[in-house]
Amino acid sequence: MAMNNQGRDSTPHSVSVTGDVVTFTGNKALQQEEALIFEMDNPGAVGVDLPEPVTVKTRLGGLSARAGVGLPQLAEPDVVRHYTRLSQKNFAIDTTMYPLGSCTMKHNPRLNEKMARLPGFGDIHPMQPVETVQGALELIDQLAYWLKTLTGMPAVAMSPGAGAHGELCGLMAIHAALDARGESHRRRVLVPESAHGTNPATAAFCGFTVDTIPAEENGRVSVEAVKAKLGDDVACIMLTNPNTCGLFEPQIREIADAVHAAGGYFYCDGANYNAIVGRVRPADLGVDAMHINLHKTFSTPHGGGGPGSGPVVLSDALAPFAPLPFVVHGKDGFTLVEHAKDAGEATPFGRLKGFHGQMGMFVRALSYMLSHGADGLRQVASDAVLNANYVLASLKDVMSASFEGPCMHEALFDDRFLKGTGVTPLDFAKAMIDEGYHPMTMYFPLVVHGALLIEPTETESKRTLDQFIGTMRHLAEKAIAGDLAHFQAAPRLTPRKRLDETQAARKPVLRWVKPVPQAVVAQAAE
Amino acid sequence: MRYLPLTDADRSSMLATIGVDSVDALFRDVPDHAKLPGKIAGLPDHKGELEVERHLSRLAAKNVTASSVPFFVGAGAYKHHVPASVDQILLRGEFLTSYTPYQPEVTQGTLQYLFEFQTQVALLTGMDVANASMYDGATGTAEAVLMAARVNKRNKVILSGGLHPHYREVVETTCGIMGMDIRAQAPDWKNAEDLSALLDAETACVVVQTPSLFGHLRDFTALCDAAHAKGVMVIVVVTEVVSLGLLPSPGSMGADIVVCEGQSIGNGLNFGGPYVGLFATRDKYVRQMPGRLCGQTVDADGKRGFVLTLSTREQHIRREKATSNICTNSGLCALAFTIHLSLLGEQGLVQLARINHANAVTLADKLSAVKGVSVVNDGFFNEFTVKLPKKAAKVVSKLAAKDILAGVPVSRLYPDVEGLDDLLLVAATEINSVEDMDALVRGLEEVL
Repeated sequence: MAMNNQGRDSTPHSVSVTGDVVTFTGNKALQQEEALIFEMDNPGAVGVDLPEPVTVKTRLGGLSARAGVGLPQLAEPDVVRHYTRLSQKNFAIDTTMYPLGSCTMKHNPRLNEKMARLPGFGDIHPMQPVETVQGALELIDQLAYWLKTLTGMPAVAMSPGAGAHGELCGLMAIHAALDARGESHRRRVLVPESAHGTNPATAAFCGFTVDTIPAEENGRVSVEAVKAKLGDDVACIMLTNPNTCGLFEPQIREIADAVHAAGGYFYCDGANYNAIVGRVRPADLGVDAMHINLHKTFSTPHGGGGPGSGPVVLSDALAPFAPLPFVVHGKDGFTLVEHAKDAGEATPFGRLKGFHGQMGMFVRALSYMLSHGADGLRQVASDAVLNANYVLASLKDVMSASFEGPCMHEALFDDRFLKGTGVTPLDFAKAMIDEGYHPMTMYFPLVVHGALLIEPTETESKRTLDQFIGTMRHLAEKAIAGDLAHFQAAPRLTPRKRLDETQAARKPVLRWVKPVPQAVVAQAAE
Repeated sequence: MRYLPLTDADRSSMLATIGVDSVDALFRDVPDHAKLPGKIAGLPDHKGELEVERHLSRLAAKNVTASSVPFFVGAGAYKHHVPASVDQILLRGEFLTSYTPYQPEVTQGTLQYLFEFQTQVALLTGMDVANASMYDGATGTAEAVLMAARVNKRNKVILSGGLHPHYREVVETTCGIMGMDIRAQAPDWKNAEDLSALLDAETACVVVQTPSLFGHLRDFTALCDAAHAKGVMVIVVVTEVVSLGLLPSPGSMGADIVVCEGQSIGNGLNFGGPYVGLFATRDKYVRQMPGRLCGQTVDADGKRGFVLTLSTREQHIRREKATSNICTNSGLCALAFTIHLSLLGEQGLVQLARINHANAVTLADKLSAVKGVSVVNDGFFNEFTVKLPKKAAKVVSKLAAKDILAGVPVSRLYPDVEGLDDLLLVAATEINSVEDMDALVRGLEEVL
C-alpha cells in the first residue's frame, strides 16, 4: 500500500476578506458561544458516582420526601468544559492589567492558594474542640500580630467578612463605646462627599445619620470644614486615607485631634492602605478604627466579587467592644472566646458572622506577609505610589489630571480632555477593552466630573506600564482627533458588545425558567 | 522580591520621568511625625516560597483534620466530599483573579455563572428569585430580617428556639442596633414551640430554621398561613443545604424569604469561612433585596448577555439610602456551589441527600443502643441530638483525645442555659463509613 506523502501547505494563503467574520456556529475560534447549563440538560447523565444509600426506614418526622428540584443533568466532561468556556469570557489580573482605582487589583500569588488548601487549614471545622485546632488559632493570632504591628494599633477584630462588614464592625464598636460613655445622643456621622458608597450606607445601617462634608478644590478635606460640622451630637468621622482621589490627607492629624477634642471618634476607611503599608502607621494619624481589606492590600484574590475579609484594627478606646469570637493566648495554649461571659474585662458588642471569620483569607494574607516581610511591604507601598505617579506624569499632557502635584497609589483624571469630542468616559473605557485592558474606575469619586481613576498597583512592570501609557495616549489623541465612532462602537472584539442595562432593570430577568413546550403553548392558545 | 517587577534601574528612570529625586518626595503630604524612616520593627524580612511553606505547614500540622479521624461535627458547617474538578476550575485565573463584574463585556463568564447560581438557588429553595450571594448564612439572616422590616414597616422579630444561636446573635447585633425589638425564644431542643401564638400586628417577621439546630424537621405551612393572615413575613433558614435534595422546599411551605448557608455544596470547612450565604425571595419583594443581582439582557447586536442590575438598591449608587451596605460578597464560593451542584444534577443531589439521611439513621440507631444514650429527635435529616448520661463537653473532649470528633456539645452554643449540658449534636454525612460510626460507639462506651 502506497504512503500518502503529498505534504501540506506551510505558508499561509494571501487571501484577504473584509468585514465582520461570520461563522456557522457563532463561535470565533477561541471564543465559544455557551448556552446556560440548564439548556444543556441531558436527562440520565450524572456528574458524580455515588453509592446506593443503605436501606433504612426514613425518619423525616412526618414530612414527605421532595418530588424533585428541577436541576439539569450532565456528565463531568460537559460541566468542566462549560465552566472553562465561561472562564474564557473574563478579564483577570492573570491575563491583563486591571487598573481599577480603589480596588487594588494586584497579583494574587499562587503560594497563597496552595497554603490555604493545606488540609490543616481547609479541612478543619469551626466547632471542633479548641485543643484540636491550636495551629489554626495560632495562625489567626500571628496574622493579628502582623496587622497590629503594621498599623501600630493595640487591637484587631478579625471576624468581618469584607471591607463593608469591617466598616460595620468599626461603627458598631463606636456605637457601643458611646453608649458606654452615656453619650447615646451622639448619632451624627461625618462623611466626606468623596467617600466610598459603603461609608454612608454603613453609617445608616447602624442607625446613624449621615452629614456630608464638602471636598475642597484641591481634593482634600480641610480641618476647617470638619470643625464647622463638629458638635456634641457627632459620633465619628469616616475618612478614607489616602482618599478616593488618590491623595494623602495632609491635615489628617489635625482633623483627628479636632474630632477627638469634640468627643468623637475617627473611623478610617482602609481601602487604600496599600499606598502606605510599611511606611505610615495609622495609629500615628490618630485613627480609632480602620478596616483592612485583605483582598486589596494583602493580595487575597477578588474571585469575581468575593470572598473578601475585613479585619478592623482598634484603638484602646474601642478595643474592649470588639465582637465575638476572638482568640486569646492563655497558659494552656490558645483559646477562643465565644461568649461575653468569658470575655473578662471586655464588653463585646455582639457577633458579626456565623463563625470566626474568613480563615481561608487569613492563611493567604499571612502567606503574603511572610513572603514580603517588613522590608518588602514597605517596598510595596513605595512601588505602588511610584507606578501611579509614573502613569500620572506620563499622561497628564494628553489627559486632564484633576489635581496638581503627585498622587499616592492611584492617578485621578477627569473628562475635561474629552470636552467637545462627544466621547464619554464610558466610551473611552470601552475602547480600552478592545485594546486588551480592563478599564479604570469611572465616574468615581463623585467630586470630579467624569472621573477616570487609575490604580496600577506595584505588581505591574515598567514594560507593562509603558504599553498601557502608549495605549492611553493613542486613545486620547484619537478622541481629540474626532474619531467619535470608534469609541461609540466599542467594544467590538468582546464576546458581547455593549449590553442594554436599561432593559435589564426595566424588565428584570433574574433566573432561567424552563420554557413551556410548544405543544402546550399551542393547546393553551386554542 | 518575587512579587515586585520593578528593578532599581526602572525605579530611577521612572523617578526621572516624574521629576523627583526619590520616592520619599511622593509622600510629601504625610505629616513628618508619621513618616517612618525605615521598615517597621518587630517583623521579619521577606522569605522565599520554601520558608513560607515550612512556616505555614508547621501551623497546619498542629490541627486535626476532618478527613483524618471519625468526624461527626456539624451545627451549621458540614463535611462533604467536593469533586476534584470544582477546585480545579476555581483556580482558573480568569475566575480567581477577576473583579466584581461591573464591566459586563469582559466579565460574561462571571455574570453567566451568577445567573446560573441565582437560578439554582431559586430552584432549591422553591422561591422566585435569588441574589448573587451574601457573606454567609448568619449575615444573610440578619439582612432578611432588615428586609422584612422594610417591606412591612414593622419592628418586632420573633426568632425560633431552633435557630442556630450564632445566627440569633448576628441578628441581635445587626438588627438590635437599628432598634428592632427582637424576641428570641428558648432553645427548642424538644421541638415543642408554637410560634403562631406570638404573632401580632407589630411583628415584622418570624425566623425559623429547618432542619433546626437540634436537627428537628417541621412543616411550616400552618405557621406561614397564620403569619400571612397577620401580615407577618416568614423567614426560613437552612444551614445544611444538602437537605433540600430530600426535604420539601421552604417555598412550597409558603416562606417569604429563604436564607441558606451554602457551604455544604462546593465549599470546604475552612475553619468557618469563607462560606456563601444564599438569599431567595418572592418576585414582589425583589426591589427590597440586599446584595447584587445578575440579570439577563441583550447586547447591541441583540445577542443574549448578562449584567448586574437593579443596582439602584445598592450602596455605590444609593449611598445612605441603600438596602444594605454589602459590596464584596462570596462570588468564588458561589461559583464552587454552582459547579458542584451542576455535577450533582437532579439525580446526584437527591442521591447525596438520601445517603446523608440513611447514614444519619444508621448512626442514630447505633447510638441509641449505647447504654444511657438516647436520640432526642423524632425526625431529622443528617444531624440529630443525643442525650448523654454525662456532660457532653467532657465527653467530646475525652473522645477528641482518642482522635474521634464526636459532635458539638449544646452547652458550647448555650453556656448560660441550664439543662442542656448533656445534649450533643451529632452529624453524619456521606463521608462517614460504618467503621467510623462503630468507632464512635466504642469510644462512647469507653468514656461513659
